[in-house]
Amino acid sequence: MSITLIIFWFLSFLALISAAIVVFAKNPVHSVLFLIITFFAIAGHYLLLSAQFLAAVHIIVYAGAIMVLFLYVIMMLNLNKETEPHKKPLIKFIAVIAAGLLMLTLVAAFKGAEITVVTAADPSIGSVETLGKVLFKEFLLPFEVSSILFLAAMVGAVYLSKKDLN
Amino acid sequence: MEAINSIPLNYYIILSTALFCIGALGVMTRRNAIIMFMCIELMLNAVNLLMVAFSRYLGDSNGQVFVFFIMAVAAAEVAVGLAILIMIYRNANTSDTEVLNELKW
Repeated sequence: MSITLIIFWFLSFLALISAAIVVFAKNPVHSVLFLIITFFAIAGHYLLLSAQFLAAVHIIVYAGAIMVLFLYVIMMLNLNKETEPHKKPLIKFIAVIAAGLLMLTLVAAFKGAEITVVTAADPSIGSVETLGKVLFKEFLLPFEVSSILFLAAMVGAVYLSKKDLN
Repeated sequence: MEAINSIPLNYYIILSTALFCIGALGVMTRRNAIIMFMCIELMLNAVNLLMVAFSRYLGDSNGQVFVFFIMAVAAAEVAVGLAILIMIYRNANTSDTEVLNELKW
């Protein structure tokens, strides 16, 4: 068993177990903290797949910005108590069955798929240099459009959270 | 330290599927709108992971650029979504989705 495989299994179990805790934790703050662990495990997978740029962006955007926003909202709305009423056990049971069936269907569908793997793929496709070239040559228009999206999201967020809309 | 040599692509497919299903389970079982939102983020990340794995194994860097755009859209989505949640909380004084059923038929 090579060291890469051991790292893969470790990161996978870390991601899956902390994702399960996100779903089943009673306290929302614990959910946020375990979601951060899941994101770090996924960033580790990105490094394993030699996508260094995406690993760094993932940590900065998700762990650094989005989860801080979540924590901030939970603290502001004072939801950090275990007061959430739970759904009926029957609905929970049905949800578990449905999720299990979804998993089964997707795995079965992917099992039959034939994927040609390029074993001699260039390992530098995840580097900042390559991605920057692709981003600013082939995807320049979507890149600029996403800045308009950010502007719209910013204006929308400010407008929505204003105290009195009139 | 190269995943492509020792880990089959199927492992990544199954891992991403499992993460996606855990996220879907969370959306179905939880009642707190913020936790449901976090589970949606989990599902987005499962898809991102699969996209990076495919991009690496097929030797095409376009997939990673797409993941970059998905992250940008997710950040905008979280900002607007949390603003909506704050507004709902201010008006209804709850984030429980069973109480917020005005639009339910």
